[in-house]
Amino acid sequence: MTDFTRRRFLTRSLALGCSAAASPLMTPVSLAAAPFDNRLVVIILRGGMDGLGVVQPYGDPGYEALRGAPVLSGDDALMDLDGFYGLNPALAPLYPMWQAGELSFAHAVSTPYRGKRSHFDGQDILEAGSPDADGVTARDGWLNRMLQTVPGITAETAYAIGHGESYLLRGAAPVSNWSPEVDVTISPQGLLLADLVMHDDPVFRDALAQAFELADSDGTEVAGMDATEPTMGGAVRSMAEARGNASHTRIAQFAAERLREDSRIAAFSINGWDTHLGQSRMLPRALTRLSDTLITLRDTLKGDWSKTTVIAMTEFGRTARFNGTDGTDHGTGGTMLMAGGALRRQQVVADWPGLGEADLYGRRDLMPTRDVRAHAAWVMRGMFGLDRSTLETSIFPGLDMGADPNLIA
Amino acid sequence: MAFQPVTAAIRFGCGLSPVVAPPADLASLFEQIVGPDEMAAAYPLMEFDAFQAEILEYRDLVRARRKARGTDGFQARRKAANVFRKNIRQRQMRWLQTHMLRRVDTRQGLRERLVAFWADHFTAQGKGGIARWGTTPYVETSIRPHVAGSFADMLVDVVTAPLMLMYLDQDRSIGPNSQMGIVRRNKGRPSGLNENLAREVLELHTLGVNGPYTQDDVRQLAELFTGMSFQPEVGFNFRKPLAEPGTETVMGKTYGGSDEHFSHVEEALRDIAAHPATAAHIARKLVVHFVSDTPDPAHVAHVEARFNETGGNLAEVTAALIEHPAAWETERPNVKQPFEFVSSSLRALAVPAAAFEPLNERQSQALLATPLAQMGQVWERPAGPDGFPEQDDAWITPQGLAARLNWAVTVPRILMGDLPDPRAFVDTALGPRATDAVRFAARASESVHEGVALILSSPAFQRL
Repeated sequence: MTDFTRRRFLTRSLALGCSAAASPLMTPVSLAAAPFDNRLVVIILRGGMDGLGVVQPYGDPGYEALRGAPVLSGDDALMDLDGFYGLNPALAPLYPMWQAGELSFAHAVSTPYRGKRSHFDGQDILEAGSPDADGVTARDGWLNRMLQTVPGITAETAYAIGHGESYLLRGAAPVSNWSPEVDVTISPQGLLLADLVMHDDPVFRDALAQAFELADSDGTEVAGMDATEPTMGGAVRSMAEARGNASHTRIAQFAAERLREDSRIAAFSINGWDTHLGQSRMLPRALTRLSDTLITLRDTLKGDWSKTTVIAMTEFGRTARFNGTDGTDHGTGGTMLMAGGALRRQQVVADWPGLGEADLYGRRDLMPTRDVRAHAAWVMRGMFGLDRSTLETSIFPGLDMGADPNLIA
Repeated sequence: MAFQPVTAAIRFGCGLSPVVAPPADLASLFEQIVGPDEMAAAYPLMEFDAFQAEILEYRDLVRARRKARGTDGFQARRKAANVFRKNIRQRQMRWLQTHMLRRVDTRQGLRERLVAFWADHFTAQGKGGIARWGTTPYVETSIRPHVAGSFADMLVDVVTAPLMLMYLDQDRSIGPNSQMGIVRRNKGRPSGLNENLAREVLELHTLGVNGPYTQDDVRQLAELFTGMSFQPEVGFNFRKPLAEPGTETVMGKTYGGSDEHFSHVEEALRDIAAHPATAAHIARKLVVHFVSDTPDPAHVAHVEARFNETGGNLAEVTAALIEHPAAWETERPNVKQPFEFVSSSLRALAVPAAAFEPLNERQSQALLATPLAQMGQVWERPAGPDGFPEQDDAWITPQGLAARLNWAVTVPRILMGDLPDPRAFVDTALGPRATDAVRFAARASESVHEGVALILSSPAFQRL
């Protein structure tokens, strides 16, 4: 440090220009070979997605009494799936994916969670993947437990993306985290100085190097000449952006870029499904976020899309009937979405319970006829060749996977 | 190695401050926790009984709204409930500021750190309605008064705290052979034990996961716990009709008998609190939290012995923690958790209360709550009952570090307007811990706000 003069320092930083990625001070993230080639993306749809509103069983004679006449023609018409189910028109951008055999649904599914219909408990059980039989939910997430069963996992293998409370990937297996909205805006010189002050502490030095590489690779440069004076307006704006409509596609893009490299698993959430009121406005908004996300994943994954399965699951479905405020309340049975080139074909998988008064769970909710975890388990079996007993004991303790729904090609 | 004022202020306090001098000696550090609670007086926060009244008030608003569905009065009722909820959400951001200000101003930093330690050890979160915003009142009432008191007293208070009963499902647990259990079973309604609280009391709060208890002890303790419930009208309430009749045997000792009563629960809790495994578990956790992820066994043994000798007197236990030479060992100390990082930065900058006053809810979110979440710590909401992770590598991730750097670059400038000269600030924030590299960066940075940010981002500042 003694011979580290300001002049020499500045010469160096000028020679480097302003790209952190080009900086020899930044050690590149070391990537180990992945243990398998297929890709799995798990999206948690937080808030309780209304399955009956997304994949509408318009062919069921009880549907109209619960939800009103299905819209079968015009601009807002359902996209027919198989003569019984129709897709909410807000998912029209995904229709080509359906036609290509890259989109499927599982209907009338739920976790083992019953009764109190709390988001808090429902999401915990969905992510822990263990039932609440004796009052205890596992502390690690099922996706992490899956990683624990596979040899050769590195931190790069799986990414939990976004910040928040997700515990799907929590646990003993190493996992990386990143939120693309974490942008460091610092001058090029500030960047070099940050590396300098952290240089002698390896924990900080390595994390910083990776941070800059990730931040640079997720579409926004870390260090720019335009690193301006911070303002309140800017801080509030960047928070709004992080929570707002743009963030889901950035997350999807970042996930896909990592999956193009050595990552194989990515998990993140899409919020906004708790449609207690004004569902006719709220639900399309959330569905648009979901379809943007899937399309971004497909387009960014390019050739690797064919090796990918995306599953999107929610903590519970919603009431079969509308409530008094053009919305639906917390329910039980719901819908899971699957997408990706690795799927066998387009299908709506269901042991359909019917929608008559006596068919409903508690005369109120869509009756769940299959455990949503069984579908996730069959996907992992198809994608990674995990054996059934591992899936039924370590990953989803106590699960009976039932018959093979043949989801994966 | 022995006591050092700067280390005392950082490792066992809220950081260095240009206004408050570090404690001069071990005795004055210890005085911080036994004297009157200055910050509770200077920056009061709500106690739980007041919050409980609000839970009731909100519940009534929601009921009124539900009854008015489909009538003309519905919109007005809906608005009333929404406004009430919104006010509480906004107050939550004020409370976050208050917590920060306590740490900026305090002369009793060790007390604040202990409150945070025990609040995390006894993590509890409300569910439903407005209860999710009840953590601050819970800590103020059930934790804060006990940090230099008796561990057993704290345990009893915490286990009977409404938030804990909700969080770990004790309020759903019904003795299978209790009066209510039989009635419910005959009606085909769910009735049965919920072991959640009993398990966590043994595994997390007292004996530790490797402690000498079995599944049978969990079951027996869960049976003993039946009857403990929370009702917003009365608060904690032991309801005999829910309590499993007969005796229960936990860790070889038999409790209860013909008459179901809370005193049996309390007796068991006090026995478990005094168990040597509890002393070992708590001692280790304290040293890990304050000093190092790989604690010196002699240091842990010293604290553990004091816990056993004094029957869990936490003032004495804390004294043992700070008096041992290993407490002052400085090679690779712990990394500050995000809340500690942010609050100690604000303290080093001596951010005045007036800087927070003009902030609205969104601005407080943007400057404090969201950055904490990006650093990996959703304030007052750890992911599980085991609290926030202690290991440094849970915090110094690429994402976490980037969020810290980003906060340091932007927020002090926004809050303060004029920032101190980095060349002087390096001594304010780091004292003798300033390295040549940090001094160089403070001189070489192009702007004042980046200079300050680099000092706050330095490992010397981010470690305890």
